[in-house]
Amino acid sequence: MKITVNGKSQLVEPSCTAAQLVELMGISSGRIAMEVNQEIVPRSTYEQYSFEDNDVVEIVHAVGGG
Amino acid sequence: MTALQDTPLVVAGKSYQSRLLVGTGKYKDMDETREAIETSGAEIVTVAVRRSNIGQNPDEPNLLDVISPEKYTILPNTAFCFTAEDALRTCRLARELLDGHNLVKLEVLGDEQTLYPDIPATLKAAEILVKEGFEVMVYTSDDPLIAKRLEEMGCVAVMPLAAPIGSGLGIRNPYNILTIIENANVPIIVDAGVGTASDAAIAMELGCEGVLMNTAIAAAQKPVLMASAMKKAIEAGREAYLAGRMPRKRFASASSPIDGLIV
Repeated sequence: MKITVNGKSQLVEPSCTAAQLVELMGISSGRIAMEVNQEIVPRSTYEQYSFEDNDVVEIVHAVGGG
Repeated sequence: MTALQDTPLVVAGKSYQSRLLVGTGKYKDMDETREAIETSGAEIVTVAVRRSNIGQNPDEPNLLDVISPEKYTILPNTAFCFTAEDALRTCRLARELLDGHNLVKLEVLGDEQTLYPDIPATLKAAEILVKEGFEVMVYTSDDPLIAKRLEEMGCVAVMPLAAPIGSGLGIRNPYNILTIIENANVPIIVDAGVGTASDAAIAMELGCEGVLMNTAIAAAQKPVLMASAMKKAIEAGREAYLAGRMPRKRFASASSPIDGLIV
């Protein structure tokens, strides 16, 4: 199925979890946050959280800023 | 307390010895970021929240590994948000990112040329964030009425600009900043517009509780040295404020006694 991750289209398995997506995307640092369809997905639930077709996912981290 | 001891800066119930708050943007690399921030002595450090670089630079260090939340109070900033909704989303993501830490810097900008705050959107976002349990340090204009309104809404610190973000023009309207300070029951922290050490000292001499800056340090020719200068300027300005400056006089007043002159 197709989801959107940080503005880009991404094909994933229908059972893909948030934890699997993070691994698939090659994100190694744990200091991230995820939002799906503008709702926060707590890091503690990544293993159980499954995406649905057309979900819009944002994965963010801290960067330098004022 | 001796004459040379000061009370700490208290924000949202937490005490800080340093009255200099710094950003982490515009440095050439993570090493320079770390060195400048350590040298500044700052305890509250702002960060921005951005999309993770998926598949790119996997070895690039994470900012929070360099500026660690165990050592610093991390202040996530809604930098470059132009709507209340974007600012709210950013704050909620930041709270998740920082394991429930709810101190945020709210800034909702109005246009790209001035980076002036959009006040109606700032008020709207502040109201919702306070309701959601965030502790809001809010970037605003130097309008005393708006500053007071933001305090009354429950913001934990009000942070008027001294001049446009990144402009380095210094305190353009000291009388407004002074009025804001005189009316306030929460810390007033000048945020944005400081260009060099004397600007920071002036802000502190006016009675600000602190100064937040980024570009003035990061865009200096030698950022680490400027971080050191800013630390001293903040301390000097604070001591001068506590000491109480002499009144200005139009004409001279001799420093040495006139009695006993040999002529």
